[in-house]
Amino acid sequence: MGMQITLTVNGESITREAEPNTLLVTFIRETLRLTGTHVGCDTSQCGACTVHVNGRATKSCGLLAVQADGADITTIEGLAAADGTLHPMQAAFRACHGLQCGFCTPGMVMSAVDLVQHHGCHNEQQVREALEGNICRCTGYHNIVKAVQQGAAAMKA
Amino acid sequence: MNARQGFIGTSVERREDSRFLTGKGQYTDDITLPGQTYAYFLRSPYAHARITRLDTAAAAKAPGVLGIFTGEHFKAVGGLPCGWLINSLDGAPMKEPKHPVLADGKVRCVGDRVAMVVAETVDQARAAAERIEVDYDELPPIVDPATAIGGPAAVHDEAPDNRCYQWGIGDKAGTEAALAGAAHVTTLSFRNNRLIPNAMETRAANASYDPHGDNYTLYVTSQNPHVERLLMCAFVLGIPEHKMRVVAPDVGGGFGSKIFLYGEETAMVFAAKQIKRPIKWTCERSEAFLADAHGRDHVTTVKLGTDAQGKFLGLHVETTANLGAYLSTFASSVPTILYATLLAGQYATPKIWCQVDAVFTNTAPVDAYRGAGRPEATYVVERIVETAARELGIDPAELRRRNFITSFPYATPVGLTYDTGDYEATMARAITLADVAGFAARKAASEAKGLKRGLGYSAYIEACGIAPSSVAGALGARAGLFEAGEVRVHPTGKVTIFTGAHSHGQGHETTFAQVVADKLGIPMDDISIEHGDTGKVLFGMGTYGSRSLSVGGTAIVKAVDKIIAKGKKIAAHLLEAADTDIVFENGEFKVAGTDKKLPFAAVSLTAYVPHNFPHDKLEPGLNENAFYDPSNFTYPAGTYICEVEIDPATGHTRIDRMTACDDFGNVINPMIVEGQVHGGLAQGIGQALLEHGIYDTETGQLLTGSYMDYAMPRADDLPSFTVETAKGTPCTHNPLGVKGCGEAGAIGSPPAVINAICHALGVKDVPMPATPYTVWKAAQAAAR
Repeated sequence: MGMQITLTVNGESITREAEPNTLLVTFIRETLRLTGTHVGCDTSQCGACTVHVNGRATKSCGLLAVQADGADITTIEGLAAADGTLHPMQAAFRACHGLQCGFCTPGMVMSAVDLVQHHGCHNEQQVREALEGNICRCTGYHNIVKAVQQGAAAMKA
Repeated sequence: MNARQGFIGTSVERREDSRFLTGKGQYTDDITLPGQTYAYFLRSPYAHARITRLDTAAAAKAPGVLGIFTGEHFKAVGGLPCGWLINSLDGAPMKEPKHPVLADGKVRCVGDRVAMVVAETVDQARAAAERIEVDYDELPPIVDPATAIGGPAAVHDEAPDNRCYQWGIGDKAGTEAALAGAAHVTTLSFRNNRLIPNAMETRAANASYDPHGDNYTLYVTSQNPHVERLLMCAFVLGIPEHKMRVVAPDVGGGFGSKIFLYGEETAMVFAAKQIKRPIKWTCERSEAFLADAHGRDHVTTVKLGTDAQGKFLGLHVETTANLGAYLSTFASSVPTILYATLLAGQYATPKIWCQVDAVFTNTAPVDAYRGAGRPEATYVVERIVETAARELGIDPAELRRRNFITSFPYATPVGLTYDTGDYEATMARAITLADVAGFAARKAASEAKGLKRGLGYSAYIEACGIAPSSVAGALGARAGLFEAGEVRVHPTGKVTIFTGAHSHGQGHETTFAQVVADKLGIPMDDISIEHGDTGKVLFGMGTYGSRSLSVGGTAIVKAVDKIIAKGKKIAAHLLEAADTDIVFENGEFKVAGTDKKLPFAAVSLTAYVPHNFPHDKLEPGLNENAFYDPSNFTYPAGTYICEVEIDPATGHTRIDRMTACDDFGNVINPMIVEGQVHGGLAQGIGQALLEHGIYDTETGQLLTGSYMDYAMPRADDLPSFTVETAKGTPCTHNPLGVKGCGEAGAIGSPPAVINAICHALGVKDVPMPATPYTVWKAAQAAAR
């Protein structure tokens, strides 16, 4: 039996039915067809599904859709400005070659933005520890760390 | 050649990043088709068992079920083929038991495909699968390759002793004589640990059938869609090749695991015609651990004989390679052609012998994973060389220097001819970058804190750009290994490139456009790169073995050259000059020695609006194809230096410095090339310190079946790297002078890490992965 939930997604209020056992990530991908949020594992380890729930980076596989009723959610599709201008963190990932296959990238960027917004930092070791919950298989993290540091500086500028 | 615009050699930002950074990539699971249905695979919970009863009746009545498929449906079709025939030393062909699409009366590894349920939703398919009744009669599982031969059961009846082949290369008697006469022989035995590839996007497929045209379309996570189509159509399902379109859209990493034809998508294509609706399957991560082809898993004993001055006299290698439960697509070539041919390394070792026993076990199939044979070879060579240096009391760099190959071309005793290289230069540069001179002071500082510090080298070589088809064919390849490219110049002078290479993170849309922009003298924005669709691209062998640029890029260059040649004839006609007087520079066709010229777009427009055109000599249009079959492999090489600091109380190893100096020949986009090395280093360090696919030896259960158990390298496990691409020695046999960079990091780094740990602890060997417990035990033993 579906339940009706209302939430704000990328600035837009939406009301949809969700089964009580539907994960938030499945709701985002399948119901809302926002496929930028990815599923990379089934143990809440990889972080590919990271979105912002009420402003905090959250693995959307670790939450039921019905638990997000009333929440304000930002996905990777909602990060850039309305005119398409990339968020400084997105721009930094491109400038630093912080992505290769792109699959972990949305979750990585959402985690990085939260890191900058909610934690001081950002020396290399702090960034590495903060990204512990996001797995990348392509980049060896070298350029991701550079991108997060550059993005952090740009966000503060 | 036209003057360079300067794209080649420049770190141009990637054109594909915009869609990936904004969530607009289109990966296979992102594609949902009208009338979409979903597949779920019931998998074996046992490593080795006969299926004595398989009853799908109750499951078929479950809500939403549209069809259930078992091995019975595939009895009449072929098995999944192996693309490389290896003959044993006695001349017998390898044992090649059928690799069924779905299990046929027997399961041979945990996760073996028993049945496929197709239903309206994934949840319904999964629920129905639980209602399939299967009775298993368990058999003893064969797990450890070292004891597989003559083990208590046969994985396949066709190979009663579990041996697929016993293969060898080199001079056995000569090598044994060299070792007998050597002043010193160094011996090591070790295991190259099993790895599980773990591209972040799991495998996925979406198969559909159009009854009106009798056409199939398969979206699939593939590194080589044309090969996927060829193998599935011609060898398994018997579908006419022209009736099948395979699309590999954005693919979230491959590392080899997406080269192969798997049973899942094959079963789905078969079923799509029966169900008459598109079928989607997306592998779950814990399912991927069981169902993807794994990598490595060698057991090796190596002996190196040297003279009194440390000159290498002979290298003797015996390896048992685990092939797993079935022969995956290129499995047989990995521990033979891609492994033993690299055992000369960078050294002028006169005598080499390598014997390989390849065995079936009740574990997931083992096939190519980043480096594919070459990491295993490099580990053998670079571990034994470093160990010999310690035993001989010669500095490891100096011992390498004494044995480097210094003149080229050089024919090794194991079948390859290196075209070019400068091993001394990359090692010298790596030594400078790693500040080896400062090591003693750093070691003293570590010791003052009660910590151990060690430094290890690895001077790797690899053979890339696979491959000269005639050579590969003589060695048993059942496929050609050329690449195809097409350059389609539009009337307005804009260009679409179609390439048989496939990008799943490598940035081809940028690198290939840089090459074409420089060659044609037009902006990169005027060029688009198309790949990954058999409906668009003429043909392709795909991307693996660091071949995309050296083989696929060369095919594009050859097609561009044909465009320029035809353009010159059109320009000559328009400019009323002889063909031979036309030069092409900076995007303009010019009459040499005059100011008469035409821009590229004027010539392309004439090709498509051929009012004033040399119809007697030329056809209209400006579109060219090229196939390129390389005349040799390419040989990237370099030196990696790892410096570790170990806490002997905990066994924790911290990589303090990881330095890589690579000779990739010419480099098109340094940023992308360095990124490839970074990723390879992480996978190599992962192998050395963290990753291990472990099966329980009694039950054959996979013990490392999730990210809770299999240690993927995370950001805080790794250091930043020092990576430099040497000025280098351009490849001598392709026009770009490029060698390939995709696998080097994973090939070169594991022995450097283990050599550093052994140096720090003063021990001869530490097994991979050197986990804290393993290192702690080694430190304890060394202290006693």
